[in-house]
Amino acid sequence: MNNARPILNRIQIDIIIKRLCFQLIENHDDFSNTVILGLQPRGIYLAKRIHKELNEQHADLSIPMGSLDTTFFRDDFRRRDSPIIANKTQIDFNVEGKRVILIDDVLYTGRTIRAGLDAMLAYGRPDLVELLVLVDRRYSRHLPIEAKYVGTTVDTVESERVEAKWDESDGVDELILKEQNKA
Amino acid sequence: MSGLSSKHLLGIKSLIPEDIELIFQTADNFKEVINRPIKKVPSLRDLTIANLFFENSTRTKLSFELAEKRLSADVINFSASASSVKKGETLIDTVNNILAMKVDMVVMRHPNPGAPIFLSKHIDASIVNAGDGAHEHPTQALLDAYSIREEFGIVKGKNIVIVGDILHSRVALSNIFCLQKLGAKVTVCGPPTLIPKYIESLGIEVEYRLDSALAKADIVMMLRIQLERQGKEGNQVNYFPTLREYHQQYGLTMERLDRLNHTPIIMHPGPINRGVEISSSVADSSTSIILNQVENGVAIRMAVLYLLAS
Repeated sequence: MNNARPILNRIQIDIIIKRLCFQLIENHDDFSNTVILGLQPRGIYLAKRIHKELNEQHADLSIPMGSLDTTFFRDDFRRRDSPIIANKTQIDFNVEGKRVILIDDVLYTGRTIRAGLDAMLAYGRPDLVELLVLVDRRYSRHLPIEAKYVGTTVDTVESERVEAKWDESDGVDELILKEQNKA
Repeated sequence: MSGLSSKHLLGIKSLIPEDIELIFQTADNFKEVINRPIKKVPSLRDLTIANLFFENSTRTKLSFELAEKRLSADVINFSASASSVKKGETLIDTVNNILAMKVDMVVMRHPNPGAPIFLSKHIDASIVNAGDGAHEHPTQALLDAYSIREEFGIVKGKNIVIVGDILHSRVALSNIFCLQKLGAKVTVCGPPTLIPKYIESLGIEVEYRLDSALAKADIVMMLRIQLERQGKEGNQVNYFPTLREYHQQYGLTMERLDRLNHTPIIMHPGPINRGVEISSSVADSSTSIILNQVENGVAIRMAVLYLLAS
């Protein structure tokens, strides 16, 4: 498959992550009541980068971070040919009364975020939930969900797929746009 | 990624090792779910599941019901003692009547071996076998193997000794199939009268002395003497002289375990007959994972129902 068009490279992603962190610092002050939740499977890489960058900016910060799987809360269960295989949820803290930064890589229809919000409520009632994404696919939302912190915005058509690749899982940091279902 | 190889769970014999691994992986996630402050997920909220228990059950029924409710399914319960079965209705008629009420899945326990297999040929709904006579009890075997995996990290290569009434035990047969598929070595142990003939042909070892069986065991699985399957009152078959003698020969006691130079993990599918196949001190000891088995039962059953509904 060689129909992939790069949108962001490693350097651009690094700059975006730094910028997003500064925006978070502006809004969350000392992060004393803030927790970070990365959405499985792909949002956890961005969550870890953000967490690391925040710690580098402020060495005295210790922000709790967890990973949240949305599989059992999805609205397309039993509407697909094969089962959706779940990933690990790891949250060692309660979100009751916390300010939650929910992190995913790509915001598309908003359905994953909807499932994520439901899944998160099993851990308590947060004071505030904000959404941070690396890329927002504009004009494609199925639900009234918007991100507060956006890395970049792209305009795409339905047949295209936006994919964030991460060094940890794919050996490279990049954001690409490709045609779906092309061999 | 594909799901299970079958739309029913009738027995372990018909599963492939990849199915078992998929069930375990899914159960890992459900185990995390049932330890959350809110233990419920909405996955099966548009499904109705009928629990048809034509034979008595406490923990299996509770465990299935809890699994179904934690997946948000609607649940209806049926027990043969309070039903039209007593009025002479056939199994297919009973089940078809229940399915006519738009039930999507059936969890069934039945005293006759093969009843779920028979039923699967006549109805469309997915069937989960919750024990059929002395044939299979697949979810019990899955939760047992899952508990071993949790304890040791891997099932492959472990020596598992199943002790007791092998002849009448569906748990034993399902466990033999399951543990073998996962690469474990299985030995059965019990009085010769309670070991089925030719059971070696399944590729397992038979040991008639408990002490020699224990010597090589990483895991000891104790089974209950199934007095209810040893003939009707007045027409009973005596497989061993007395329960007291059975305990002396095959009961797992601390003294026996202390004689070993290693400490095997103790399992029991329940219900326990304390003082018969296992002494209280062993059942309650730190090497016993009997209550972990019960906890894992809910996670495994959630995984099975979730994957069959997918």
